[in-house]
Amino acid sequence: MTPRDKILYFLRLHRTGLTVWLLAGFLLAFPALAGNPYVLGISNLIAVYLIAVIGLNLFIGYAGQISLGHAAYVGLGAYGSALLTIHFDLNPWVAMAAVAAAVAFAAFLVAIPTLRLSGHYLAMATLGFNIVCHTVMTQWDQVTGGPSGLAGIPPLSLGGVSIDDEAKFHYLVWSFAIVVLTLGLNLARSSLGLALAAVAQNETAAESLGIQVGRAKTRVFVLSAVLASLSGSLFAHCFTFINPDSFTIFNSIELVTMVVIGGLGSIWGSLFGTTLIVLLPEFLHFFDAFRDIIHGLILVTVLILLPQGLVSGLRDLLRIKLLAGRNNA
Amino acid sequence: MLRIEGIGKHFGGVPALSDVTFRCREGWTTALIGPNGAGKSTLINCISGILAPDTGQIHLQGLRLDGLPAHRRPFLGVGRTFQNLALFPRLTVLENVLCGLTPQGEPSMLRSLLRLPATRHRERLLRLKALEMLDAFGLTDKSQWPVSILSYGDRKRVELARALVSEPRLLLLDEPVAGLNAEETARIGTEIRRLHGAGLTILLVEHDMDLVMSVSDHIVVLDSGRAIASGTPGQIRSDPRVIEAYLGRMSATA
Repeated sequence: MTPRDKILYFLRLHRTGLTVWLLAGFLLAFPALAGNPYVLGISNLIAVYLIAVIGLNLFIGYAGQISLGHAAYVGLGAYGSALLTIHFDLNPWVAMAAVAAAVAFAAFLVAIPTLRLSGHYLAMATLGFNIVCHTVMTQWDQVTGGPSGLAGIPPLSLGGVSIDDEAKFHYLVWSFAIVVLTLGLNLARSSLGLALAAVAQNETAAESLGIQVGRAKTRVFVLSAVLASLSGSLFAHCFTFINPDSFTIFNSIELVTMVVIGGLGSIWGSLFGTTLIVLLPEFLHFFDAFRDIIHGLILVTVLILLPQGLVSGLRDLLRIKLLAGRNNA
Repeated sequence: MLRIEGIGKHFGGVPALSDVTFRCREGWTTALIGPNGAGKSTLINCISGILAPDTGQIHLQGLRLDGLPAHRRPFLGVGRTFQNLALFPRLTVLENVLCGLTPQGEPSMLRSLLRLPATRHRERLLRLKALEMLDAFGLTDKSQWPVSILSYGDRKRVELARALVSEPRLLLLDEPVAGLNAEETARIGTEIRRLHGAGLTILLVEHDMDLVMSVSDHIVVLDSGRAIASGTPGQIRSDPRVIEAYLGRMSATA
């Protein structure tokens, strides 16, 4: 091999890892480039969403299931962190971990009856869970503060430094997001990721090859709920204020839209989908009034034209074109 | 090797199998033949665990299979292919075959997330194993193709490779040449003979009589859910009950 071949081989072999490092490098410099707290605020929101979206993509895109209720787990994470830190003066980090563990357990309990369902029934069951959670957040005034929510959530702090401005928060949430992105990429490339894809495409065949279909679905569902919970905890500490409006079924559908735009089963696609949906209102000012309609339109259009989602759909098309071309040559 | 004892299965009130009993001897290719609706696929599904029989027992080398969940059976050495193909269409050829290696190591969630060097090493070994299997089937060039763009014959061979990669002790083939042309059929026939030569125990469900007669050591005939005859290919060919099951009804309706 010539040195040039060696370099190309190295790049090809480590393309995923290198891309992650490249992204991390860019994010390290981003606060200096952005220079404006408003832009940073938006980018932080992308990171917070991304953590939940990657988890949801593992469940929807890889394992081929559907959840229209993931905002509920984001909400449980946010409310859990808020309540433990406001009322019990718990260290925010301890609270975050404790809430994530509790949400994992709750998701496990939900998974036992729910994941026996599939398709529309699974969609309805997860939707129902979200509505129940939202109703509790709205109605249980004494604890959740009702519709007006909870305020005065303490900021996170690290090594005595309180993370209370956009730039500090940028480094915190994007560190989380990069770690989650890496874990997601790892899982997707592992034999477990393959097993999940197998479950999504043919449960009977997967089962007869030795894959425990029910267990695989439950595990990835619990993982996605934990990531949603982390996302919620970060959301709460970032804004220091939460109310039930951030955790409705429409927020769940927004998360699904991010997954679908990015592409089912594409971790990098999730980054794209999340960025696009968070940025969209910044460019379209009439957006707010028609938010749910536009999300719905995007969702339906993508699903009709590219059922695999925008990024992975285009990727698959390109791959087949290339293979066909090579075959004819 | 494989003992089927008194297997019965109903769908609603309709009996699909009643009191079916036979054995597959170690290293033999046993063929299961019979008219459409005789219960052949139902029996294969009972052995691989997709269906649970209502009565009877299934033993594999002294281990009782019935009652075990389907996903446990590959670990005991049961591999299978499906009548109408059950590949994962969006996965590549290589990935499909890799899925067949599930019994070689159950991945843990935490290890998969962290992708530790040991895990990577193990996955590289699995990959090599899958590639070797593809090589044996002449599918190396197409290893990166999504199976959805393969020809039907290639897909059948991918499914066979996927079933074989975990080195099963018992291979269940449900109509491996249905829908294939003569050339592709001959190719699969050669493959079955090669596996037979390597000592694999095979249970073959097939309508193609030329193939059945040329590869089987032993034939079991099912009709309306009952085993009506069994014997060597020569015996079966001249058995009046078999001829009646295949031809008798045709003359009755004619």
